[in-house]
Amino acid sequence: MRNENPQLPPGAEKKKSRFGDTWKRLAENKAAMAGLFFLLFLIFMALTADLFFDYQKSCVDLNIASRLQWPSAEHWFGTDEFGRDMFARVVFGSRISLSIGFAAVAFGLFIGGIMGAVSGYFGGAIDNIIMRLCDIFLAVPMMLMAIVIVAALGTSILNLVIALAISCVPIFARIVRSAVLSVRDAEYVEAARAIGGKTGHIIFRYILPNCIGPIIVQTTLRIAATISNIAALSFIGLGVQAPRPEWGALLSGGRNFIRDSSYLATIPGICIMLTILSLNLLGDGLRDALDPRLR
Amino acid sequence: MAKYIIKRILYLIPVLIGVTLLVFFIMHLAPGNVAQIILGDNATPDQIAQLEKEMGLDQPVIVQYFRYLTGLLHGNLGNSYTTGASVTSEIMARFPYTIRLTVVAAVFSVILALPLGILAAVRQNTWVDSVSMIFSLIGVSMPIFWLALMLILIFALKLGWFPVYGADSFKSIILPAVSLGFMNMASIARTTRSAMVETIRQDYIRTAYSKGLSEREVIMRHAFRNGMLPTITVIGLEIGQMLGGSVLTETVFAWPGVGRLMIQAINGRDTPTVMGCIILMTVCFALVNLAVDLLYGVFDPRVRTMYR
Repeated sequence: MRNENPQLPPGAEKKKSRFGDTWKRLAENKAAMAGLFFLLFLIFMALTADLFFDYQKSCVDLNIASRLQWPSAEHWFGTDEFGRDMFARVVFGSRISLSIGFAAVAFGLFIGGIMGAVSGYFGGAIDNIIMRLCDIFLAVPMMLMAIVIVAALGTSILNLVIALAISCVPIFARIVRSAVLSVRDAEYVEAARAIGGKTGHIIFRYILPNCIGPIIVQTTLRIAATISNIAALSFIGLGVQAPRPEWGALLSGGRNFIRDSSYLATIPGICIMLTILSLNLLGDGLRDALDPRLR
Repeated sequence: MAKYIIKRILYLIPVLIGVTLLVFFIMHLAPGNVAQIILGDNATPDQIAQLEKEMGLDQPVIVQYFRYLTGLLHGNLGNSYTTGASVTSEIMARFPYTIRLTVVAAVFSVILALPLGILAAVRQNTWVDSVSMIFSLIGVSMPIFWLALMLILIFALKLGWFPVYGADSFKSIILPAVSLGFMNMASIARTTRSAMVETIRQDYIRTAYSKGLSEREVIMRHAFRNGMLPTITVIGLEIGQMLGGSVLTETVFAWPGVGRLMIQAINGRDTPTVMGCIILMTVCFALVNLAVDLLYGVFDPRVRTMYR
């Protein structure tokens, strides 16, 4: 998974051309681009939802007169059991799913990245302690770990982010550690050390930028897994609570009406699937674009 | 090899102790007074204090932990806060159901994934490859519980082929197992494909072809055995995923397994039962991974000689 010649100093110009190079190869991958465009569209919708829809009307107020209507020109995704427009709820739901997904992975990457970098750079006893700690966390299936943390801390958005972040910390710690190990003894790192660079500076300025490839790929794939886990937690009642329209919560609500109003459970599921699919396509595309063997 | 196995098993011990410690302390973060929950809202402070003393809840957490650990070593996981029954027997009554579900799901996913992955690799860049890879990409992206609902909708409600929930007949395991195994099937197929794509480019494969072996023989005898290593690792990891996923599948299908017991226990704030479920699933996960490492030795003679 190494994607960088460790002998090259990470000069600004070099980095720019590498970015351009990666982008060019990513742009040639149609599936990855489709994934990227769908994600950008989703992010755009999530950010501008207030311009098109009224949160109060679509997610809080009840309108029993128009309850459980199948999709139509007026209500693209139909209406739920309280007569609220599902399309608006799905759009507002994307806001919750995406922001929790991104926040949890960013948080997990930050903590895991520091742990991995310290572990790989210093080695020895610190490395041993951090890695054994990761072993313990990884010994519990990830979904179960998230369930236990949320169950203990209580259901709130912040606790959800914490639980999901903790479940990706050990994964990032391992990846960053192995990436750091592969460049730790490179000549430019030695040179930076020789001119008296501080440890933190060396790690952030010289080591991390040169092992960014696998980290980017894993981040994309982790966001996909995390969005799926958010929906799963909401589905079993431990995630986002009503009336917030998170996708898994929408799906869980639609479950009671599956016999006659199957669209209520079908549509949020398709949204979750398309989002995860897009992230997976993008992640696979990035992996190929960053792989030096395919250059 | 024996030395290696013993070393691996010994290494499991500190990890599992670490897991119990971790889960025990996380569960202790939960707000609310346990004695109060058990006795209900009408309990007097005296009653609560009395029960706390009986259960040892008035002692420091670390003392409670060591008492739990001692019990665990004797196979005693404590008593349920909600029913008062022994957690060990409650879990053991449900464990066979989870095992059955996971095994059927694993068999289903492997039986489908291997031919799919191998076929895609052998016919690389043809429509066969594209179709099977699109199929598995969709599979990887599909949330388990949504697939479960869709299967219920189509095969149970619309077509009436299978029961909607329960575990009374042979038929009732089909939908839960398919929904649990589908995602794993997809990711095993993807790994198999990429491992096989690399393997069939090796020199020894060309040699096998050039000495006149048929494609079938080359793929099955030479490529498959060598390409299996990453696949085995992924199968192990996926079985761990399935143990986590069984929580969802069992909830949707009202399958009376450990996963559903755990969710019920969480909703009832029944800490000993939650702990017991987690520990059991972690032990299963660890044993599966151990088995995977040992299988490495079977498939790869290099690993075998390393530990001789």
